[in-house]
Amino acid sequence: MPQMTDERVRAGMNREEDLSLLREVSTKTAGVSHLEMCIQCGTCGGSCPVAEDMDHTPRMLFAMLRAGMREEVLRSNTPWVCVSCYHCVVRCPQEVHITDVMYTLKSMAIKAKLYADATAPDFSQTFVDMIESYGRSFELGLASRHYLKYFPLRLPGMMPMGFGMLTKGRLDIKPHRIKQMKQLKAILSRAKKLELTA
Amino acid sequence: MNKYLLYPGCSMDASAKAYMESLNTVVESLGLQLEEIQDWNCCGATEYLSINLIPAYSLIARNLALAARQMNGTRTVLAPCSACYLNLAKADHYMQERPTLGEKVNEALAAGGLTYKAGALEIRHLIDVLIYDVGLDAIRSKVVRPLTGLKVAPYMGCMLPRPDYQHRWSDHEHPTELDDLLRALGADVIDYPLTTSCCGGHMTQIGPETAFELIRRLVSDADERGAQMMVTVCPMCQMNIDAYQNEANHFFSTDYHMPILFFTQLMGLAFGKEPGEVGVGVELVSSRNALANIGVEVPVTQEPDSRRKAEGLPMPRRWTKHGTRKEAVK
Repeated sequence: MPQMTDERVRAGMNREEDLSLLREVSTKTAGVSHLEMCIQCGTCGGSCPVAEDMDHTPRMLFAMLRAGMREEVLRSNTPWVCVSCYHCVVRCPQEVHITDVMYTLKSMAIKAKLYADATAPDFSQTFVDMIESYGRSFELGLASRHYLKYFPLRLPGMMPMGFGMLTKGRLDIKPHRIKQMKQLKAILSRAKKLELTA
Repeated sequence: MNKYLLYPGCSMDASAKAYMESLNTVVESLGLQLEEIQDWNCCGATEYLSINLIPAYSLIARNLALAARQMNGTRTVLAPCSACYLNLAKADHYMQERPTLGEKVNEALAAGGLTYKAGALEIRHLIDVLIYDVGLDAIRSKVVRPLTGLKVAPYMGCMLPRPDYQHRWSDHEHPTELDDLLRALGADVIDYPLTTSCCGGHMTQIGPETAFELIRRLVSDADERGAQMMVTVCPMCQMNIDAYQNEANHFFSTDYHMPILFFTQLMGLAFGKEPGEVGVGVELVSSRNALANIGVEVPVTQEPDSRRKAEGLPMPRRWTKHGTRKEAVK
């Protein structure tokens, strides 16, 4: 499958260049992404500890971005497998903010509802829901909601671990709520109306 | 007197409470003054950034705004969690690198009556402050129970030395700060090339097989190099290596027993504190045997039963999704 994609990437590169997707991703990424500077050297994929689980290495994904392959890029599991370890970022000779580009692609995939597997987006959303309700993360609530929905079969095997965490006082039964929840909600609701522009 | 604004982060209250307890003990011994940021909120970890950019940065920036308002006599925010440290530093850095981001974030903060001027604060991790402000000599002078004979693997994790916006670390891939600190405590520090490899982060929750492989690499390498325990600076790393080691063992049919403690716990022990005072004993992979090497006796706690029976009929080895056989070590 990577080979077929590679051919499609090459075909894309030969088309009249449509850089709108590349520019969109770059604009929506925090900081100055340097995405346009990618020289396709492959240092990123070679440095990645989880590349073998990815549909496309970062290098290939960036070639697809340049080729304007919107749907294929947003359906790729690559950004969801990225573990945010920044190995590629410190090695990239062009200083592309690779990890941040992955965040941008995830948020774009969620908006376009184009992700292949809902496990990861749902986990992120549940985490965010907790923060928006309490201002703090709540591990027990997050884990139980997530496991019941996606990994019910893992639960029996996890009982000793959960039991250990509880009896050792490492899991809070109730969430902490910050005092100025109203202030945080006001900030977040204003923030949701804003977008990063060029 | 060194004074700092403390951003504890959510895990310090619960899963990493051993870190918080030992941090308090160590800070007291060294005479550091910490003032908690009032009403701080979660930094969003790596989750909010994947959902919506401006709210994610506004969430982080609320903490920076609160800290900047609170600063009296210090502009340094101290974060003990690597993920929190990175997020705070990242927001501060990108709000300067991309002024439009700074403007939008401040527009959102204004809805809550707050504002933050990027660059106003200095964001630092606990170990950075301990090594570069307090100094290894001061730390060495407090040691009354040297960790001589304890073989430790120094595990820095990934989000602390990378991407390093403020150029604080000796190296991005093989930093020596944690090695130096542990040596100052008298520990026998092994060479550990995977020191900044990733523990899997949130993949233990969403892609367990990916995470288990990363955990296996870290634990098996520490084991092969003779470490009796791993030492970490990050709640996420501790959680993944400690709480998911059993599951990873089960997945690969291995039988590792590699305890992992926070560096502050070892500092506390070296400063002569009792295990209970620095949160030793709440880890799921018990550090009891390892700590016996330095004459520290940890009270017995019940450990979760291993799912593998010690004796029984020989079983076929497990096959992975790639069709290759993972080595069954031990």
